[in-house]
Amino acid sequence: MTLLSAPVETVPIGRQRLSDLPRLAKRHPLVFIGGGLLTLLIVLALAAPLYAGDPLNMDPFKRLQPPSPEMWFGSDNLGRDVFARTMFGTRISLMVGLISAAYAAVGGLLIGILAGYSRAFDSVAMRVMDGLMSIPTILLAIALISLTGPGIGILIVAIAIPELPGVARLVRSVVLGVRERPYVEAAVCGGARLPKVLWRHILPSTIPPLMVQGANVCASAILTEAALSFLGVGVPPEIPSWGNMIASSRLYLAIAPLTIFAPGICLAVTVLAVNLLGDGLRDLFDPRAKRRR
Amino acid sequence: MLMHTTIANDVLLDVQNLETHFYGDESITRALGGISFQVKRGETLGVVGESGCGKSVTALSILRLLPKLTAKTVGGEIRFHGRDLLKLSEREMRGIRGNRIAMIFQEPMTSLNPVYTVGHQIAEAVQIHTKATKSEAMAKAQELLRLVRISDPERRVNNYPHEMSGGMRQRAMIAMALACSPELLIADEPTTALDVTIQAQILRLVVELKERTGTAVMFITHDLGVVAETCQRVIVMYAGRIVEQASVVDLFARPSHPYTQGLMRSVPDRRRGRQRRLPEIPGIVPSLREPIVGCSFAPRCPFAIDICREKTPILRDVVPGHGAACWRAEEVMGA
Amino acid sequence: MSGPLLKVENLTKHYPLGTGFLNKTIPVVRAVEDVSFSVEAGETLCIVGESGCGKSTVARLLMRLVEPTAGRVLIDGTDIAGLKKNALRAWRRRMQMVFQDPYSSLNPRLTVEKIITEPVENFERLSRKQRKALAAELLRKVGMSPEMMNRLPSELSGGQRQRLGIARALALQPSLIIADEAVSALDVSVQAQILNLLLDLQQQMGIAFVFISHDLGVVEHIGHRVAVMYLGRIVELAPCEALFAKPVHPYTEALIAAAPIPDPTRVRLEAPVEGEVPSPINPPSGCAFHPRCPIAVERCRIDVPPLVPMADGRVVACHVRAPVTDLLEQSNVIAGDQLALVSESHSSISG
Repeated sequence: MTLLSAPVETVPIGRQRLSDLPRLAKRHPLVFIGGGLLTLLIVLALAAPLYAGDPLNMDPFKRLQPPSPEMWFGSDNLGRDVFARTMFGTRISLMVGLISAAYAAVGGLLIGILAGYSRAFDSVAMRVMDGLMSIPTILLAIALISLTGPGIGILIVAIAIPELPGVARLVRSVVLGVRERPYVEAAVCGGARLPKVLWRHILPSTIPPLMVQGANVCASAILTEAALSFLGVGVPPEIPSWGNMIASSRLYLAIAPLTIFAPGICLAVTVLAVNLLGDGLRDLFDPRAKRRR
Repeated sequence: MLMHTTIANDVLLDVQNLETHFYGDESITRALGGISFQVKRGETLGVVGESGCGKSVTALSILRLLPKLTAKTVGGEIRFHGRDLLKLSEREMRGIRGNRIAMIFQEPMTSLNPVYTVGHQIAEAVQIHTKATKSEAMAKAQELLRLVRISDPERRVNNYPHEMSGGMRQRAMIAMALACSPELLIADEPTTALDVTIQAQILRLVVELKERTGTAVMFITHDLGVVAETCQRVIVMYAGRIVEQASVVDLFARPSHPYTQGLMRSVPDRRRGRQRRLPEIPGIVPSLREPIVGCSFAPRCPFAIDICREKTPILRDVVPGHGAACWRAEEVMGA
Repeated sequence: MSGPLLKVENLTKHYPLGTGFLNKTIPVVRAVEDVSFSVEAGETLCIVGESGCGKSTVARLLMRLVEPTAGRVLIDGTDIAGLKKNALRAWRRRMQMVFQDPYSSLNPRLTVEKIITEPVENFERLSRKQRKALAAELLRKVGMSPEMMNRLPSELSGGQRQRLGIARALALQPSLIIADEAVSALDVSVQAQILNLLLDLQQQMGIAFVFISHDLGVVEHIGHRVAVMYLGRIVELAPCEALFAKPVHPYTEALIAAAPIPDPTRVRLEAPVEGEVPSPINPPSGCAFHPRCPIAVERCRIDVPPLVPMADGRVVACHVRAPVTDLLEQSNVIAGDQLALVSESHSSISG
């Protein structure tokens, strides 16, 4: 009977050795595919100045050129190198995605843990979160940017705020579940102070779901940034971002399709990589979710 | 053919060399290492052992209810009325499950559907296996609830599982299991989750119902006290094997396997007087992931000698009708 | 002889159901109702009862994991219910708890060493070496090899995990350990190992136990005195041998009779007690046991019976078996002897 009813626990991670990597890759291929793709994109983005040309350089004589050895993806309506712009665009997308995810994760974690532990804070914070959830992301971003003027910083904040409630609620539910666990009570009985209980016994349990949620937030942040830039309220138009590129090239789809397809495909691949990583992490942390062989 | 009829007269369920394996990511757990036993018509067979010994797996193997992706019965036969259940189609098996062999579980809340009334669920069980109309089935449900001594069954048929107490839910489960007058009832730790006074009521009910309906019962439990109060014959399991098999009186009078003896002695019992230290079985249950050489109990056994660590003892009769899987069973019985 | 190590006076815990935003009267769960007892140094007091009788709530109240609605918990004469956080932390050192479930009571992410030394590190800084030495010592005390130090709980068996739970409780060298169903989740052979360990520890270190269990066999084996609880109240509190030899309260009787006995030749004569434990939200009036009681009289429906001291040092709350009138008559005659008997039974236990 223990075989069937043995308590399922999440496998403590961090004990696997490097030599286990091939085995891990076989058991959790999604993490490796998603993580690999994402790593590749990050390297490409960081190294862009080394191999790609100047994304801002305009050449009125070379507008809407087809691909050539100098400009692999051709040029756009202002004669800028589409390949360089796409590669530099990766920087913007990943930066916005990762930083908004980090903001949302850290902010949500703090709110969630406090809400999970303090009833008074909980009742206030969760109502505020309900309020936040009812504001559409795009509208909030437009409102904020019209107040401050366009900029990447404000864009990140605008994208991260609507993601806060989801993260906070997730963390709160984990905390509420864990704080009643006997090992937390045992720590209290052993004389542990509240900060230690939170840090040592409660926080670690929130990390796995937080990472999964973080990946989801990152993916949707990348899409939101592209959407906002496309609408002209995101990244300032002179900065190469995929949304800007698609927006400014949409009239020339028939003449120079790569001006749209290059950033579009990159966007799709990036979001796919992040989502794969998120799904893979979920399976890794919660073996029950995965269909067993 | 002739032989089958004689068996069918006496033996209801005949399990031979049943082997079930569980498949993990990197390992195989040999949950049942080839067990053989019989359940006779109308008898109550106790199956005792500690967690992980394979007693629940035995029940699930018989009913073919093992989790499909991780477990498989890899060998043996389960003859019910002479027909091997392992060879039946899934469809034929459905006709047997719940109809001729019924099962009740430890936690009744998880085996009752929370969104239907108890009466509805019992009536459904009646309707699946008989041609009763809806109102007939409901009437039968009420009658069954009365049979399991639920007071005020007219009202209780309309209760949802959460409106009942644990004891009452277990009674409802028994009512459902009895809906089609099964020939064999497998009860897997049916009283473990209940309080002692409620346990006493349920045990009494099971014994009474068995006498009234003539259903054979396979009673799986870890509690030797429960076995003593309800069963006629007992098999003791350890690490996926049967280590002892005897009538209940015989088993308690002269346990012949060192594990059975250890088990009996480690239960606090006031009839032995108040000793300050309990005799304990040292060590822990072996892992079933690695093949075991020799007797699986040898590392914990006070009687173990060289042969025990080399050759696996088979279950053999020490005295007629009392079997033990131990090389030194005769000496153990005398000890 | 100084006062008792632990003294519990009129402990009561009501859980409100819901927040009562609109309606003023909120229904409450009467989990623990007016419970008093004391524990001497080195003694084992067992609390038995069925699920919902409030025995686990008593444990949590003693540890102040929940705040009492009313009543006092005194350790060496100090009321811990009134203490502020830091003073309470200090008092927690004297009293530790062993939990029921050896799986969920150990943090799955920490190593054995960290788990069992954490209580000490809450109060003082340990160097790496000191911590290892302490862990090794604690592991040896509970019969485990110090080599286990670097394992994770998931790599251990149920019995080993429960030993860790005990090692953690021992870390602060408490004078009282509260064991809440500490052996209930274990297999019998492992249960025997753990019970023996507890007995050994008591003998070596003079630790007192409040041992909470539903298993009468275990209670009879390990207890010095036993309190029987029913629906939040103590119905009988007696020296262990006396209680099992001759239960007075009809519920104690029913409980002992219901426990299955591993002897197939014994014929069970008595019918099991009828009915089930009523809800603590709406307990029966008078004596909570009266709807199931075979000897209930009219008065049981009306008055809650008080705990009445009996001649053999036990207290019983039953109108029929321990009527108050008897006490009054007795107290007129043998009031002095009565007290002497009670304290005698106490000192014989602790001595």
